[in-house]
Amino acid sequence: MKAFTFERAKTASAAAAAAVRTPGAKFIAGGTNLLDLMKLQIETPQHLIDVNGLDLDTIAPTSDGGLRIGALVRNTDLAADARVRKDYGVLSRALVSGASGQLRNKATTAGNLLQRTRCPYFYDTTKPCNKRQPGSGCAAIGGFNRNLAVMGTSDACIATHPSDMAVAMRVLDATVETVNSAGQTRAIPIADFHRLPGTTPHIETALAPGELITAVTLPKPIGGTHIYQKVRDRASYAFALVSVAAVVQPDGRGRLAFGGLAHKPWRVEAAEAQLPKGAKATAAAVLAGARTTSQNAFKLPLIERTIHAVLEEAKA
Amino acid sequence: MNSNDGFPVSRRGVIAGGVATATLTGTPVGAQVAAPQQTPPTTMPVTLKVNGRNTLIEVDTRTTLLDALRETMKLTGTKKGCDHGQCGACTVIVEGRRINSCLTLAVMHEGDSITTIEGLGTPEKLHAMQAAFVKHDGYQCGYCTPGQICSAVATLNEIKEGIPSHATGDIAAKPKVTTAELQERMSGNICRCGAYSNIIDAIHDVAGTERMA
Amino acid sequence: MKFDTPATTNPIDRMKVVGQPVDRIDGKRKTTGTARYAYERNDAAPSAVYGYIVGAAIAKGRIERIDFAEAKAAPGVLAVVTHENAGTVAKAQAHTARMLAGPDVQHFDQAVAIVVASTFEQARAAAKLVRVTYARSAGKFDLAAERSAAVKPKDGKPDTAIGDFAGAFAKAPVKLDQTYTTPDQSHAMMEPHATTAAWTGSKLTLWTSNQMLNWAVRDMSKTLGIPKEDIHVLSPFVGGGFGSKLWIRSDAVMAALASRAIGGKPVKVALTRPQIMNNTTHRPATIQRLRIGARKDGTITAIAHESWSGDLPGGGPETAPNVTRLLYAGANRMTATRLATLDLPEGNAMRAPGEAVGLLALEAAMDELAETLKMDPVQLRIVNDTQVDPESPKRAFSHRDLVGCLRTGAERFGWNKRNPVPGQVREGRWLIGMGMASAFRDNVTMKSGARVGIDKKGVVTVATDMTDIGTGSYTIIGQTAAEMMGVPLDKVIVLLGDSSFPVSSGSGGQWGGNSSTAGVYAACSALRDSVARKLGFDPTDIVFEDGKVKSGNRSVSLAEAAGDAGLSAEDSIEFGDLTKTYAQSTFGAHFVEVAVDSATGEVRVRRMSGAFAAGRILNPKSARSQVIGAMTMGVGAALMEDAVVDKRFGYFVNHDMAEYHVPVHADVPYQDVFFMDETDAKSSPMKAKGVGELGICGVGAAVANAVYNACGVRIREYPLTLDKVIKGMPPVA
Repeated sequence: MKAFTFERAKTASAAAAAAVRTPGAKFIAGGTNLLDLMKLQIETPQHLIDVNGLDLDTIAPTSDGGLRIGALVRNTDLAADARVRKDYGVLSRALVSGASGQLRNKATTAGNLLQRTRCPYFYDTTKPCNKRQPGSGCAAIGGFNRNLAVMGTSDACIATHPSDMAVAMRVLDATVETVNSAGQTRAIPIADFHRLPGTTPHIETALAPGELITAVTLPKPIGGTHIYQKVRDRASYAFALVSVAAVVQPDGRGRLAFGGLAHKPWRVEAAEAQLPKGAKATAAAVLAGARTTSQNAFKLPLIERTIHAVLEEAKA
Repeated sequence: MNSNDGFPVSRRGVIAGGVATATLTGTPVGAQVAAPQQTPPTTMPVTLKVNGRNTLIEVDTRTTLLDALRETMKLTGTKKGCDHGQCGACTVIVEGRRINSCLTLAVMHEGDSITTIEGLGTPEKLHAMQAAFVKHDGYQCGYCTPGQICSAVATLNEIKEGIPSHATGDIAAKPKVTTAELQERMSGNICRCGAYSNIIDAIHDVAGTERMA
Repeated sequence: MKFDTPATTNPIDRMKVVGQPVDRIDGKRKTTGTARYAYERNDAAPSAVYGYIVGAAIAKGRIERIDFAEAKAAPGVLAVVTHENAGTVAKAQAHTARMLAGPDVQHFDQAVAIVVASTFEQARAAAKLVRVTYARSAGKFDLAAERSAAVKPKDGKPDTAIGDFAGAFAKAPVKLDQTYTTPDQSHAMMEPHATTAAWTGSKLTLWTSNQMLNWAVRDMSKTLGIPKEDIHVLSPFVGGGFGSKLWIRSDAVMAALASRAIGGKPVKVALTRPQIMNNTTHRPATIQRLRIGARKDGTITAIAHESWSGDLPGGGPETAPNVTRLLYAGANRMTATRLATLDLPEGNAMRAPGEAVGLLALEAAMDELAETLKMDPVQLRIVNDTQVDPESPKRAFSHRDLVGCLRTGAERFGWNKRNPVPGQVREGRWLIGMGMASAFRDNVTMKSGARVGIDKKGVVTVATDMTDIGTGSYTIIGQTAAEMMGVPLDKVIVLLGDSSFPVSSGSGGQWGGNSSTAGVYAACSALRDSVARKLGFDPTDIVFEDGKVKSGNRSVSLAEAAGDAGLSAEDSIEFGDLTKTYAQSTFGAHFVEVAVDSATGEVRVRRMSGAFAAGRILNPKSARSQVIGAMTMGVGAALMEDAVVDKRFGYFVNHDMAEYHVPVHADVPYQDVFFMDETDAKSSPMKAKGVGELGICGVGAAVANAVYNACGVRIREYPLTLDKVIKGMPPVA
């Protein structure tokens, strides 16, 4: 870990201003991913701005019947919130399927969205990785890629986004609220928040330099049966091979978003029209254009099978 | 020469420290500016309330809470198993919640109350959870044990507070102390010796509940 | 004491303390965080500075240049040691690869340098400033590709042949011929390899995490070219080893070099978690071919087990076929072990080397054979039991109750409820299946010594360089001394893990429990003799009980007998030919119930039960822990553990605990363990045998067989990850 200076921010816009003012600055909140990467010098900030003191840790109703989740609300508290459990069960379920109790106690809502991909080559600084060192190549293509992406990949990167929470937020059509150094706010639909790798896999989100997430808002509840099905190599404390966030209505219509498939939470709204026809038709529509390797091709049948399981559970 | 991987970086050439350091990473919040060759180490004072005692220490900003406990304060009961949040050996209770002390900086905990294994009990006066681990042989090599015990104590509180888990059947309902709940909630604490089944028995014993599977 | 005839009645048979399920005597220290591990020796080596190892970035090649000027100038840095300034760093015989690379690099993450600094943060940062220029050369990393080039290893008994296997197999009415593969696996013990080292003049002290202190002294002496007498190794607590700490690793060597470079001040070094898998050893991958020929009644007439594994030049094979030499009868048999050259990190022992992976293949093959025969898998094993070494029928087993384990285990588990037709039992989405396998692990004995003393208060102190790696050595050694000297356990102090104490068996190969307690038995016997002599008692008519020494109508307290000066004695147990005259092994039977998600292919173990025959169980509580822990590791081997080789770069890619999966709490159900009530007088005066590795043997195959029974998918490539499961499952819709 490279040496860095450290300050505690008092307000969100002051934090954003400090980030722009100070070269090589980064915000730190939960720190569970940033410090992990700093220890390996994959992240090398010269200055850390601790945002934990900001007043962004509450969950409040919005005027249109939704919920506004402060950026610093811990994953545990978000999962445990009575309103979330009652009206946005898929989000609570997704949260508790992620990481461990200890990590959820520390990880924040904004930090969860901003966690970086888990490709083992990204994590090994002796290996090429376009995300870590643009232009160095992608060692995962042709390497160990069993758990990497099958949708939206590029020749530069096939990493997957590891978040469970973000998949549920995608199915719920959440919005990410930010503030910049000038104090200007903006609202970014979750669909546009994470980027596909393209030729610039090192740029993962729509955030501008210094821009700070202040909250994530959820639209008013949409009812339905909420399911988050995470499929993994051990029973707990493992990243998803694939996951399905589903909200299914009594008439069989619904929404699906997927984890473990792409560089961002994956959702194909058009495919949701196929839901009443069943898993096979839905999966085919979701997975159109998939690019697989010999190791991760299993994700295609696995998605179909998992959608099937989810639809059966919704019926029950 | 091996050329079967086809990557320029892998050819004969310089690799720094076994490490090709990336200067451009992810989503920088500030403009990328060339780093000075040497940044002097930066230290800061921080007061931690560890096991009920306020302690002022001066630490490198890079020092994790784990290393502040183990190296600065010589409280070596908290263990370093992976240093990357992957094993749970470093679990301590901060402000009533269990966390991985390896993935947080000491300077981020100004004024925080921290309970470590040393604060739960001593060989002369064991905490009920420590005694239950001894009774049920809930350990073998002992290295993950302090983390397991801190986690177990916090887990029972989390259930009491009504925090749900992946094992909770009805996510909107209040969770109960079931075997499945304990197994799921303790899964962030890896025990390679495989004392799991005994650890769950120990926690049930403290909770006054029965194993169900 | 020489042990060359079977034990007769001795004080251990009283079983007042030995054999009792007492709590561990080190339990309070472990549960309160007051047990000090190698990196935590602020008591003995205060003010230690920090070493951080730089690992090789290539798998094979040469270091052309190391530039550490910038690292050396970094804040807090005290020294940088590389092969150019380290002095003598020879390869000890026990090591396959050198502990310090240079100029040649033998595997990825082999140590190339250590940076020493005042703080951990400084050392870690400066390590990134060491710039190494490599000339990379081509390497061999693919076992399957090297299989045909594999050779017969020089050591051991790679080839065995009895009768006419080929002829008998050809004639057998029922045949099985299948190939199974097992992946590389990592020990992944919780305490990283760690050492604090300090020099006083020419004397080196190592506080390290090591299973075999005598080997540590020997290998460090060879590595640094210094006399053994100048090396003191301490390892009172070891945070797990499973074979990875049988020999000193780079943490110990580099810490010693680092301390010497700064004038002998203590330096502490721990391997980082991402370094461990490639810097240290692993269990090598295997390809195994099983051929079994049987009559229609299940009698095996021909059995062959061949295995291929790889290692660095000079390394050894994974001896997977050894188990087939002893487990089942069969007049015509052969085994062959072949070794390929691979430029991966050093392959070596991991919990039950040989048997653990050999049984993953053999016991899956037996399940397949049973199905072909339409025979109950338990019955097939019973039919083929043998009471003699099948390769040399004059050599009987010292004691073999595999059949008892099979019957008892089946009964406890409820095996009779199993539906032999796969895929028939369903609970909602879950397909339920049952599987079983035999457990078998050789019983190895090793010379072991101890010193035992009594002080004027009647307190008994045992000192031996034995280690407790989680096995319960402290407790069973204390129980042994208490039984022998007739005192309660709380009147015994046990001192372990110090190379200045008498040399013990150390911990490995499940030999430690039986051998080290037998060594304590020997020392206690000598001490009893000296007490008798001092008191003028007849040594053949003497009883040590209730803190007293009694003979005829005389009774003297142990404290009084010891007197102000105290009494002590030292001896060791040396094992004669009984392990050659008799086949000595431990046995068991595993029974497992799994649920397979019919949609996702995820496997969950729901029940585990086993019966085990391992001689006298010295402490049923800690022995049970050994078995459940090994069963847990076997679940990992069956379902998830796989150190994936990148065959282009030549290294284990998933080299941390997020990517290399080991079981977590949620993967492990309640585990029922039953020990057969038995003793084995030919094993040692303790009449005990090893039990620390038996539990992993066969359990993975039992899981695989249960998965087959649940869903009808037979997977011969371990681990049984869900991608392999769903490949064989019918479509869902």
